[in-house]
Amino acid sequence: MASESQAVRPHAHQFDDAIQQFDTANFGMWVFLITEMMFFGGLFAGYVVYRTVYPAAFNIGSHETEVLLGGTNTVVLICSSLTMALAVRSAQLSKTRQLVGFLVVTMLLGLTFLGIKGLEYYHKVEHQLVPGASFRFEGPHGRGVQLFMSFYFAMTGLHALHMIIGVGILGTLVSMALRGRFSAAYYTPVEVSGLYWHFVDIIWIFLYPLLYLLGRHIHV
Amino acid sequence: MNGHVVPVRTYVTVWAILIALTALTTISAYADLAPFNTPIAISIALGKMMLVALFFMHVRYSGRMVQVAAAAGMCWLVILFVLTLSDYVTRGAVPNSPGW
Repeated sequence: MASESQAVRPHAHQFDDAIQQFDTANFGMWVFLITEMMFFGGLFAGYVVYRTVYPAAFNIGSHETEVLLGGTNTVVLICSSLTMALAVRSAQLSKTRQLVGFLVVTMLLGLTFLGIKGLEYYHKVEHQLVPGASFRFEGPHGRGVQLFMSFYFAMTGLHALHMIIGVGILGTLVSMALRGRFSAAYYTPVEVSGLYWHFVDIIWIFLYPLLYLLGRHIHV
Repeated sequence: MNGHVVPVRTYVTVWAILIALTALTTISAYADLAPFNTPIAISIALGKMMLVALFFMHVRYSGRMVQVAAAAGMCWLVILFVLTLSDYVTRGAVPNSPGW
């Protein structure tokens, strides 16, 4: 665990020592993530309710999603979580160049995710599956499919917004790292940004099966 | 966390398991395992979440306060899902569930 040498690191006056300062920031980020769980939780609960109430329509809706792109994006985000964890580790070991390298790779993977998501959205527009005036669906349960697509865009859109913010945060970290702000003595912003990034990955870990995979075994 | 440096090997192993679980959930989605398709998919997702939380988010190496915070968030989600769904299921709004 923490050693005495870490306790005597410089810290802000309201904390007993640097360990308490780090633990406070860490806990604060977790409390924020709890609010994020409830934030996404509302959309997930709505999705679960309507999937339960309109199972046929939502199974058809699931078939309109592209598993190849969604699955690729899942792999992309899992890789980005690995590079983010390695970035935090680099900061803990005062390896600034390695830290910057891993942060940049994480950002690139995040941008890759957003690019693939944009392609998916473009396909939806092409197939007239965007809820609203332009929605056209030539199968059964058209209204239910439109409801599914509403959830699809709302949930993946909110997630994509979080990804964009995350990439921005990582860019800020790169800038700070290049100015020598992080070392084994102080890397708190890297750690808490990592928590945020992993959380956004976890959201996608649930979005992928719920939106893309449920009902695939049923042939429609 | 505060000082515990996780070995690269641990991170890479967790990453490999996550990739494998992604392949597993994708493939099992197409297999007819009714009525277990959905529970299997959710279980795999929960497993992946636990791996990311415990190892990438350092919950395994953190103090009690962080562990309780992480668990508490899940508890509130459980309340949200269980009470909301039970409301619909018991009022007959769900096919195959005539209500009470």
